[in-house]
Amino acid sequence: MLDAEAPRDGGCVSEVGRVVADGDGDGETKAVPSRKRGDDARVETARQEDRLTASPRDRGIEERGESMGRGNERHQPTISSNGPVKLHEYQAKQLLARAGIPIPDGRLATTADEAERAARAIGASVAVKAQVHVGGRGKAGGIRIAKTPAEARDAAKAILGLEIKGLRVEKVYVERAADVDRELYLGITLDRDRRRPVVMLSTVGGMDIEQVAATDPDKIARGWPSPLLGLLPFEARALAFEAGVPEPQRDAVADIARKLFTVYVQTDASLVEINPLFVQKDRSLLAGDAKLDVDDNALYRQPELAKLKEISRDEEAEEKARALGFSYVQLDGDVGIIGNGAGLVMSTLDAVKLAGGRAANFLDVGGGAKEEVVRSALEIVLANPRVRSVLINIFGGITRGDEVAKGILAVIATHPPRVPLVIRLSGTEAEAGRKLLASAPLESRETMDDAAKEAVRLAKEPVRV
Amino acid sequence: MSVLLDRNTRVVVQGLGREGSFHAARMKEYGTKVVGATKPGKGGTTQEGVPLFDTMAQAVDATDANTSIVFVPAPFAMDAMLEAIDAGIDLVIAITEGIPVADMLKVAAVLETSGTTLVGPNGPGAITPGQAKVGIMPAENFSPGGIGFVSRSGTLTYEIADLLTRAGLGQSTCIGVGGDPVVGLPTPDAVRLLNEDPATEAIVIVGEIGGSAEEHAAEYLRAEGKKPAVAFIAGRSAPPGKRMGHAGAIVSGNQGTAESKVRAFEEAGIPVANAPSEIPDLVKQALRR
Repeated sequence: MLDAEAPRDGGCVSEVGRVVADGDGDGETKAVPSRKRGDDARVETARQEDRLTASPRDRGIEERGESMGRGNERHQPTISSNGPVKLHEYQAKQLLARAGIPIPDGRLATTADEAERAARAIGASVAVKAQVHVGGRGKAGGIRIAKTPAEARDAAKAILGLEIKGLRVEKVYVERAADVDRELYLGITLDRDRRRPVVMLSTVGGMDIEQVAATDPDKIARGWPSPLLGLLPFEARALAFEAGVPEPQRDAVADIARKLFTVYVQTDASLVEINPLFVQKDRSLLAGDAKLDVDDNALYRQPELAKLKEISRDEEAEEKARALGFSYVQLDGDVGIIGNGAGLVMSTLDAVKLAGGRAANFLDVGGGAKEEVVRSALEIVLANPRVRSVLINIFGGITRGDEVAKGILAVIATHPPRVPLVIRLSGTEAEAGRKLLASAPLESRETMDDAAKEAVRLAKEPVRV
Repeated sequence: MSVLLDRNTRVVVQGLGREGSFHAARMKEYGTKVVGATKPGKGGTTQEGVPLFDTMAQAVDATDANTSIVFVPAPFAMDAMLEAIDAGIDLVIAITEGIPVADMLKVAAVLETSGTTLVGPNGPGAITPGQAKVGIMPAENFSPGGIGFVSRSGTLTYEIADLLTRAGLGQSTCIGVGGDPVVGLPTPDAVRLLNEDPATEAIVIVGEIGGSAEEHAAEYLRAEGKKPAVAFIAGRSAPPGKRMGHAGAIVSGNQGTAESKVRAFEEAGIPVANAPSEIPDLVKQALRR
């Protein structure tokens, strides 16, 4: 059944395999929600709330921390260190549930057996959903509907181990399928221009909100609550009216919006989204899919969420660099880049591109560039086998250019690099620094443009033995 | 004239730790009047010749300070900024990096109802060459003159100031607005200050990917620009979805691309340099026009 729906990209499934968008806001093309309904749809009751009230700790972060731990042992790839910490759907939903937002009854499974048991415990048709940090799970076969525990087992078997956009699925979320009447969108993020949070509500749910914003901006109601006061009742009501939420759900939607704002504040989220927010046939509301990204600057005060951070193989270098106080992003070119200061490094990347080359990475060592710093930075950059030359662009400011040069010379003397180095020093005492480098086995250039050209040329040369 | 800083600038340092005291000494060397520092519990004593105060209110009362510079670590930076604002200080310059966005949203909300200007956080500070430096920039690379300079970057700012200085283009005031997504004085507001400053003959705007501050600055200058401007955007080769060092430097979806910023400046008749090295010549050409 899902195959027939394959063109639809998605994250959440209603009763009979209708895949709807996963609202991950990743800019991918999202599905237009189908209006088809299943004949055998069952009404979702409030029973998941019983479970929550019966055992609030059951869904607490504490317990999830443990299950996370198991996941990490299996080397679950995912969260980027270079940006917000992304939560899985099931983790985000547990936070929503804690705030009193209704979610479908669901359980995490890492094996087919567990999925079968989960489906049996839920006792209804379920959606088996891959828990990976990429958009387009549904399209990639990461979401299946199962009417029986045996089907859930088969679905989990098919999904677990699947590679979705390079990420292996190690966990599935088995969730009671909803009885969907309509879909809404509810999200909160930062409005950089207004320097306020923005709450967005739309009756066009289940779709990529960026796409809706581009094609149908009037369909999204927006509010900018004060970060000092929170989302006030009248603001939430106004949003529901403006979005055109019909009377039976208006108050409930406003209430969920306020609860979601509490989640946004309490988790230091940079984005929290319920997409779709299901309106069920019995008029109750249910979070269909959930997304939550945490501001990584706030992780020091969000220890429980910090534990949920997952690092993929690709990001190990980024993590290592971060531990040294560097900022590193792996790219796909062959010219390694080291510099001090984010803007300067970005400009260096641009200069390499202008010179007809491709940067292998972004590496900002931060302030000065003492010997130790240069050594560690080179180690990180050269660990990438694609690197064919390295361009070091340092501005001597408070750390003087001649001191930087001495540091670089010391590193080369003790750890001769496997690829040619091009150094560009500028700023305070840069001339003195360049003089020191003149006799060294490296290329020194006076300007960023010349250094970039030389590094690109060297990267294209046959490998030196 | 200049903006934000001049010879009358009187600075209190918030966070006289290792970095704070190092830079306080550099600021004094430059001739900036560093009149005090806050260190709760140490009020009445001095540290390296700087009088210490328990609270900002006491520091302002005793010294008539009009400016503060914040070095305190990120978890305490919001409190420091709010304390300075509460003490009625005119200008707060925040150097601290890594402040949670939620904290900056609160600070921004308080700023809306105060008379204080906040520059930063996560920036190098500001300098009016020859008069006052309140920041961490190496003073050698700056020289007095008529170029107003706004930047989201640190070292790239020094690099470009150095290029300008070598080309004989001194600066009126350089403002490092900071690399975070939420800053006290966003690029358009900083540009407005320089546009209205009689001592500024031309404006250099150094932006980077992420957000739409550059677009708004271009829009503003298109409508109200009184003097020539030149722009540069860092991160033109950065891939989408990856944060390039600065918390604010990220292209998300179709938001914050370098192309959009370059286009906005070009549409406003503002030349955009392909590399920092092109900036001095573009400024000279713009001044000749």
